[in-house]
Amino acid sequence: MVHMEGLYSAALRMTRNQADAEDLVQETFLKAYRAFGGFEEGTNLRAWLYRILTNTYINTYRARQRRPEITDVEDVEDLYLYKRLVDTDGTLGRSAEDEALAGITDSGLKAALEALPEAFRIAVVLADVEGFSYAEIAEITQVPIGTVMSRIHRGRRALQKALLPLAEARGIVPVAQP
Amino acid sequence: MDEIMNEQAINQPVGSEAGNGPLSIECDEAVHQLYHYLDGELTEERRSQISRHLDDCSPCGAAAHFEAELRHVIADRCRDRVPEALIERVALSINEEQRHGTDG
Repeated sequence: MVHMEGLYSAALRMTRNQADAEDLVQETFLKAYRAFGGFEEGTNLRAWLYRILTNTYINTYRARQRRPEITDVEDVEDLYLYKRLVDTDGTLGRSAEDEALAGITDSGLKAALEALPEAFRIAVVLADVEGFSYAEIAEITQVPIGTVMSRIHRGRRALQKALLPLAEARGIVPVAQP
Repeated sequence: MDEIMNEQAINQPVGSEAGNGPLSIECDEAVHQLYHYLDGELTEERRSQISRHLDDCSPCGAAAHFEAELRHVIADRCRDRVPEALIERVALSINEEQRHGTDG
């Protein structure tokens, strides 16, 4: 089924729960099937599917989560992660860079993303994991493009802060004691 | 490899090219526009200004390299395999819908 892997991954990041993610994907495909008559040839099928996914998540699944959503992120500076990984001389060697990036594991990264407040999480997933443009994300999430850009950039910086312990862990793993 | 980059930088002194826009841009601005640059969301003129700065200025170039690599890491390490059972479930529910939906 087309785009199912991406939709399922995005659904997991949104719901943070496998059972809900599976239901959400099933509902998305069913809705898409029912609405396909109204789908205009030449428009972006992939973005259209993500729009159904996002709408369904917001209208159905989010309502179920009783805990209040945090709606803002801390303001973090540009290049947050890089600035903290560079040596005292202000450079980051390629091997140190590779090590830091290797510390960012699949599970660590997913957890860091899932800890972002919802609006930022969705914007960053759509931009950086799914590779949509600002305009496509505005279309998918039905918010103005300026808001999309602000959510992506602030969300990314907040994500970098959450990734720092992972990126640092690699280099400072103590040598095994005899 | 690195030599080639350096050679290019030497052959292209900052501010030597005739143009209507600003001839060189400051590091702050390059960093500030870095995400838009990596997102491919800048005008061609802006893109080439940033690109030139990143070639000429090694601290900014190194930071940009890191951000680009981090972007790859984020895109690659957030993929989840779709469970077989879900594929079957979706196919089944659409079949069902087809059967019930044909009469209108």
